[in-house]
Amino acid sequence: MIGLLNTVLQGVMLGGLYALFAAGLSLIFGIMRLVNLAHGDLIVLAAFVVLGLMHALGLDPFLATLIAMPMLAAFGYALQHALLNRTLGRDILPPLLVTFGLSIIIQNGLLETFSADSQRLRAGAIEVASVELVPGLAVGVIELVIFASAVGTILGLNLLFYRTELGRAFRATSDDPEIAQLMGIDNRHIFSLAMAVAMVVIAVSALYLGMRANFDPTIGPARLIYAFEAVIIGGLGSFWGTLAGGVIIGVAQTVGAAINPEWQILAGHLAFLAVLVLRPRGLFPRGSE
Amino acid sequence: MERRCGASLMALLEAHRLTAFYGDFQALYGIDLVLNEGETIAIIGANGAGKSTFLKTVAGLLRAPADGVVLDGRPIGGLAPAEIVRLGISLVPEGRRLFPSLSVEENLKIGAYGRRDTGYWTLPRLYELFPVLAERREAPSQALSGGQQQMAAIARALMANPRVLLCDEISLGLAPIVIRGIYAALPQIKANGASVILVEQDIVQALKVADRVYCFQEGRLALTGKPSELTSETIHAAYFGA
Repeated sequence: MIGLLNTVLQGVMLGGLYALFAAGLSLIFGIMRLVNLAHGDLIVLAAFVVLGLMHALGLDPFLATLIAMPMLAAFGYALQHALLNRTLGRDILPPLLVTFGLSIIIQNGLLETFSADSQRLRAGAIEVASVELVPGLAVGVIELVIFASAVGTILGLNLLFYRTELGRAFRATSDDPEIAQLMGIDNRHIFSLAMAVAMVVIAVSALYLGMRANFDPTIGPARLIYAFEAVIIGGLGSFWGTLAGGVIIGVAQTVGAAINPEWQILAGHLAFLAVLVLRPRGLFPRGSE
Repeated sequence: MERRCGASLMALLEAHRLTAFYGDFQALYGIDLVLNEGETIAIIGANGAGKSTFLKTVAGLLRAPADGVVLDGRPIGGLAPAEIVRLGISLVPEGRRLFPSLSVEENLKIGAYGRRDTGYWTLPRLYELFPVLAERREAPSQALSGGQQQMAAIARALMANPRVLLCDEISLGLAPIVIRGIYAALPQIKANGASVILVEQDIVQALKVADRVYCFQEGRLALTGKPSELTSETIHAAYFGA
């Protein structure tokens, strides 16, 4: 019994990481209907930026991420402004092609710069610390921190979206970009700001991606798949749904792995397919779409 | 640039030989129109005459030649819609087009996103103008009736404190009593600094409130004049082509 409980708990914690991967993707798709195929690679890129800052300034990963955030946000704004805004329009194909190309460019750029060696964001003692919830049921401190960060990030995004003027502009532009312009909203500026916010979420994702396991320049696309699945399970446009989606995939993976270690990844995908069959619009679809 | 003045030196908004295109299709062929300060003008015409296209072009949603639209003597054609709102032109779009994921109050608040400066219209004053919106301020915008949605769309446009209010088919699909309620707000809107261009299918309503009427036919100006000068025969001819 404790064994099963432990497995599920680990899955929930893992789900927090997947929810972080998914939140940035969901934000971008929600606002500008851009399917960012480079999302996973941007997370890996951010992890290398954090790593670089750690080495250059001798910082711990948390502080390095804090410094990386404004840099990555500025990069996101520039990327959207200079490149991605030009691909947006009635046709869904150009953004797919351009972000696919971006994915390849980022991977190869990182390979050239950092080599194919796998890396880790070392955080010291916290990596192995754990707390015992009840006798026999323990959870890693880092796991708890990741899950709390995921909840905090989603809480923050919800506050931004539903309690601020910028959030209102995000939602209005998402609803009806043509009419949003008539309100004095410059859509392109709004899209660029959205990408800047997404890059901050990506920085948080990158921190935990690199602290929890090894990473190398090529692992981005696999992360993209989990993010997609979490977004679709949750229902497009709902951040809390994204957390639920992440948790469902996480629990399916750990339970699958407990039954047979080879089934970890497969079980996650099967859970995704099951939700797709039973609730094609996700668990928490947005009313009007 | 040569300064061309239309009918009056007090012209607030002028269209000069305004053209508009949807891709290769030309929808407006050189429209000349003048809106004076404090005036209400109505644009009438059959379906496809270019009435809505005209408003969209003035608002910047369709591209206008640089000097095709002139506000206060300054050419504003080709500017982005967001810039045009800041200069004081607001459009109430056909079909209301409220933001579905925003509440009624949020829809009004977002109307002030591009406001030029503080003006007469504020949230409390608009709730006074349309009290039903105050009652339903927290409701999702799609939960409103058609008439209430139209009021919200007008209020949203007024939040920018426009000098020129463009209204596209604000009576479309509404019951006559509801239409009267909406038009009853017009004098107060005019009294507080907005000149109005109405596009209307409902000719009777248009003739009642307008100082001057323009009738479009297939993207061209077919007739213009004061309501008192127009007879039903001349309007009929301008509407359908003699």
